[in-house]
Order: sequence, then structure tokens, then C-alpha cells
Amino acid sequence: MNRIEKRFAELSSKKEGALIAYVMGGDPSPRLTPDVVRWLVEGGADIVEVGIPFSDPIADGPSIQAAGVRALRAGATPASVLESVRAVRRDSDVPLAAMTYYNIIYSRGVPDFLDAAAAAGLDGLIVPDLPVEEASQLAEAARGRGMDLVQLAAPTTSDARFRAIVDCSAGFLYLVSLMGVTGARGSLGEGALELVARARRHTGGRLPLAVGFGISKPEHVRAVTGAGADGVVVGSAIVDVIAGSLDDRPAMARGVSSLVSSLKAETGPYRR
Amino acid sequence: MSAGRFGRFGGRFVPETLVPALEELERCYASLRDDPGFLAEVEWYNARYAGRPTPLYLARNLTEHAGGAKIYLKREDLLHGGAHKINNCLGQALLAKRMGKKRIIAETGAGQHGVASAMACAALGLPVEVYMGTEDMERQRLNVFRMELLGAKVNPVDGGSKTLKDAINEALRDWVTNLATTHYMIGSVVGPHPYPTMVRDFQSVIGREARQQVMEAEGRLPDYLLACVGGGSNAMGTFYPFLADASVSLIGVEAGGRGRGKNAASLGEGREGVLHGMLTYVLQDEDGQVAPTHSVAAGLDYPGVGPEHSFLKDTARARYVAVQDDEALAAFDRLAREEGILPALESAHAVAHAIRLAKTLDREKILVVTLSGRGDKDVQQMAERKGGVR
Repeated sequence: MNRIEKRFAELSSKKEGALIAYVMGGDPSPRLTPDVVRWLVEGGADIVEVGIPFSDPIADGPSIQAAGVRALRAGATPASVLESVRAVRRDSDVPLAAMTYYNIIYSRGVPDFLDAAAAAGLDGLIVPDLPVEEASQLAEAARGRGMDLVQLAAPTTSDARFRAIVDCSAGFLYLVSLMGVTGARGSLGEGALELVARARRHTGGRLPLAVGFGISKPEHVRAVTGAGADGVVVGSAIVDVIAGSLDDRPAMARGVSSLVSSLKAETGPYRR
Repeated sequence: MSAGRFGRFGGRFVPETLVPALEELERCYASLRDDPGFLAEVEWYNARYAGRPTPLYLARNLTEHAGGAKIYLKREDLLHGGAHKINNCLGQALLAKRMGKKRIIAETGAGQHGVASAMACAALGLPVEVYMGTEDMERQRLNVFRMELLGAKVNPVDGGSKTLKDAINEALRDWVTNLATTHYMIGSVVGPHPYPTMVRDFQSVIGREARQQVMEAEGRLPDYLLACVGGGSNAMGTFYPFLADASVSLIGVEAGGRGRGKNAASLGEGREGVLHGMLTYVLQDEDGQVAPTHSVAAGLDYPGVGPEHSFLKDTARARYVAVQDDEALAAFDRLAREEGILPALESAHAVAHAIRLAKTLDREKILVVTLSGRGDKDVQQMAERKGGVR
């Protein structure tokens, strides 16, 4: 059991959902990323997802696109993000997953990239442009290094695809709550709760379910956890706080921690 | 491994949300690609609306001055809209209607695919929104206005490099949000399966006609086919009906720009990578970030290339060369003066290599060059280069 799987097991025994907090590696600067991760953890994040910026992020909305541009302009590279992960890992046992696009991995070579990722202390990978048909090689190679390749399922996913996705996914199953790209939304996607129920039928509880895309407010977290999700992923809302306090580090630290703790307050203990 | 591979290239590298839409498109297209009713409809629009067949023209002056092989031009520049793009747009618009889609989105770089999309959609009564990088909008203001005159809505894209690749990113983001109602009309043989296959099929009318026309004119197949390659749709459409003819050499001409590191020659200088849903050759840096590109021809200015071209390169069935900006500009001038044809700067790349190649060959050899578009859109740019319009 790696850190991600262990964390879900611990939380489930406490009847608590996992708050998975996202930050773009290198935003606003590679030097600051270990601190940002620390603020997320201090605020109560159970798992941290670190983005590796890519020039053409087709699954991302304006907030995360802008974060990627800031990171690349500040000189972030896959190597610098892994360096930040290594720095966090020196004094923290927080489960860490990287989110990036497949070309970043493919370009370096799958085995080489995974060796570096595992050595840095990553526990999982999320690759939004790698659907299940293309994922088997990466999933297997990750597994061989004790890492999870987390698969995504969407409201449009058919039952047949759901089965293949559940079989291939490790760590948790990432449920895309709405039709669209990442980004904070005022209200929860219409099909989000129904998607949780559908996913539950396919996993039979074997794999934790985390809902992401558009989750930005405490009430979203409450609704989704209440509906049976084992976790939520919050990205753009956190990135927006960073974007709003680029010139004021203390405000950034306070803003990130307080947003995260307000979200974490809603993850349970749940009653089902 | 997923469907839609050309060797190891191609595939479907997209967010899960899009996969079912691509599967639906694949199913619908598979059921229609051999359907006589659908094909008759496509042919009717190609003939009556777009002006097919286009002539195969023996460029006597160019041939004589080059002093070698015969140079034939496949005149896609004479189509409605002034480029081969309309072949694909009519096909996809008819397909979208059959699928019951109520809205079309498209991307455009130079604006040629945007204009062709706007025309096809106006003719078929479909509303269309075109994504275009703000950098390209600035460079191609006239085409923006043409699209608007044709009733299209042009959506500016301010992300990334503000050019074609970013317009594709934004169109994909729109599509993932509006799948149920919307068809994404990709303009080249790029993107996730089934686009590279489908667009190639709609463009193959170029090669089918050329094959018949050269047989009529010469009684035999040509020795060489040449076409410019950005995404690669006019080249794929030209090559495809000749793939099984081993005696026909296929040559794709990429944009050599201003030389090493300042070009759009994905096959020549790129590495394998994944961009816009496909595994193909991509111009990228050592970390896998997609590189900025340059070409004097906006329609070639793309860091990826259709996956079937990557396959043809690796299997050596086709050869890919590069022509730099200045050589393409010289070919533009030459075709204008010697044949009275203003070629698109994209097509001028293919003409430039044809002149180079013809010189080295006997007079009995036959070259067919696809003239993918006309150069009216480039007149402003040429005028500026030559010191302004007087």
C-alpha cells in the first residue's frame, strides 16, 4: 500500500473524505512550490496534487492555464517540479500525485520519467489526456514502481468503458463532475452526484472515488462527500488565491491555508 | 492500443469526456463513408457548389524554364473560397447534419479553413463559431472580416502563442463543454481518431481526380507527386489514391522558415510526441514543451503534423523536404510571372521544390504538384515585402 492508498484507508475508518488540493508546480516560482505545498498541508489537505506545466493544456480552463504560463515563464520544468517534490518529501509524508499531460512523460520516455518521479517521492500520476485505451503501458510501469496511475471517468463514460477504467485505475478513481474543463464554478455540475452513484456501482467500494472539476466551495465539498464520494479535488479555486496575491507572500500563505481549511471542514465525519 | 493507428502514430489522446463523442463520430462516419446517398450528396456539393473537378494544368512555361521534367499543377486554387479546404468542410458539414448537430465549431490559423467552414456552414444552414489566435487575427484581418461577412462568429484566442495550436486547444475546450449539440470541424488531417482518416478521405478527391486526369493526358502515372505539408491535408488527399503505386514517388514539402530552429518542419526537425490528441512528430523542446514555429506561410505554421505523414515518413513511402521562406517567395514570383497564377504562399513551397527537382530530371519524367490554394490572401503581405502598395 502506498501513501495515497494508506491515506484513503485511514480517512475511511474515520468516516472522513479526502481533501485533495492542487497546485501548479512552479507557480508563481519554482522556489516557492515546496512552501505552497506546506501551506496546503497546514490548511488540512490530505493529499496534494502538483501540476507539471505543459504548453498546451487542453483539459484546463483559464485559471490553470494562466498558472501554467506563470510557471513556465518563471522557469519551471518537469525537473524543477520533481525537485520541489523531493524537497517536500524530505520532511513530510503527505501523499503526492503529479498531474501532467502525456507529452511531458512520453517526451522523456516512460521508464525514465517514472524512475525520476518515484525517486523524487511521488506516489501517483494523473494524466488527463491519456484515456484508458492508451494507458496500459504507463499504468503497468507505474505499478512496478509503487506508483498509482489514477484514471478519470466522466458523465459521458459508458458502462463498458467504466468497467475498463475501474480495472485500470489505481489509488483512486477521479470523477470529472461536469462536461467541460477545469475551473471554479458557482454551483456543482448537474450530474456530479449521479456520477458518484454510478461509479460506486462499478467499483463496489474497491476503489476510492474523488470528484473534481469545478469544485470550489465548502458546500460543494459537503454535497459530494455526503453523496458518497471518498474525496474531492480542488484546483482552480486554490490557484485563483495564488493569482490574486502574487506580490504578497504572507497574504498568499494565509489565503491558501484558510481556503483549504474551510474546505477540509466539510469532509466529515460524514453520516451515510 | 486504441483504434485509428498508422503504424504507431495517431490514436486518441484526449480527455475521457471527449472519448464517447469521438466514438460516436467514428460510428457515424463508418456508416456513411460508403453510403451511396451520402457520397452522392458530397459529390453534388463538390461539383455544383465548390467547382470540382479542378483542372490538371501543364505549366508549359515553368516546365520550359526549369528545363527538365514536365510540371503539372493540380489547380485546387480554383475552388470556391480559393483553397482545397472546402473539400473537407463540405464533407464534415454534411456529416454533421446527418448526425443532427445544431452547431459547428472550427479553428483556423491563416483563416482559410475558417473561411471554408463559414462558407460550407452558410450553404448548409449551420451556425458556426471559429476560434482564431489573436496574433493570427492581427495578421489576417481580411479573412476575419470575410468570415464575419459569411455569418460566422470569430472567437479570439489569447492563450499560449495566440496562433493555430492555441485555437485548436480552445476549440477542444469548447467541444468538451458542448458535446451534445456541437460538431468540431477540424481543418486538417490532425487530431484524435477518426479525424486524420476522415479528413484524408474527404480530401482524397484531389488525388482521385489527378490520377484520372494524368492518365488521360499522358497515358501513364506520374513519377512524382508534390504537395506542401503543414497539418498535411492537401498532401494526404493527393498522395492517398497513389499509395499502392510503387512507381510514384511522394514528396511532402514542409516550411523551412528561416532555417534551423526557426521553421515549421515537424517531420524534418521534430521528435515523436503527443499533441492535439495524436501521436506524431512534434516540434518541441527537450522537456516536451511544444515549440514556437515560424513560416512565411501562416497555413504551414503548425508544430505538429498529421499522423499518417509520420507513418509514411518512417516507412519511407513518402519523403519530406523543407523549403525556406525566401525560396517559397521566389517561387511565388516565378509562378505569377511565368504562368499568370498567384499561388498561396503555402503552395509556393511545393512549387519551389518542384522547380528544384524538375531541373535534375529527364524531359520524359512527370511531376504533379498540388496547388492547394490561390495567393490573393497573400497579396497584402507580398506588397509589404516589396515596399508597400503604391
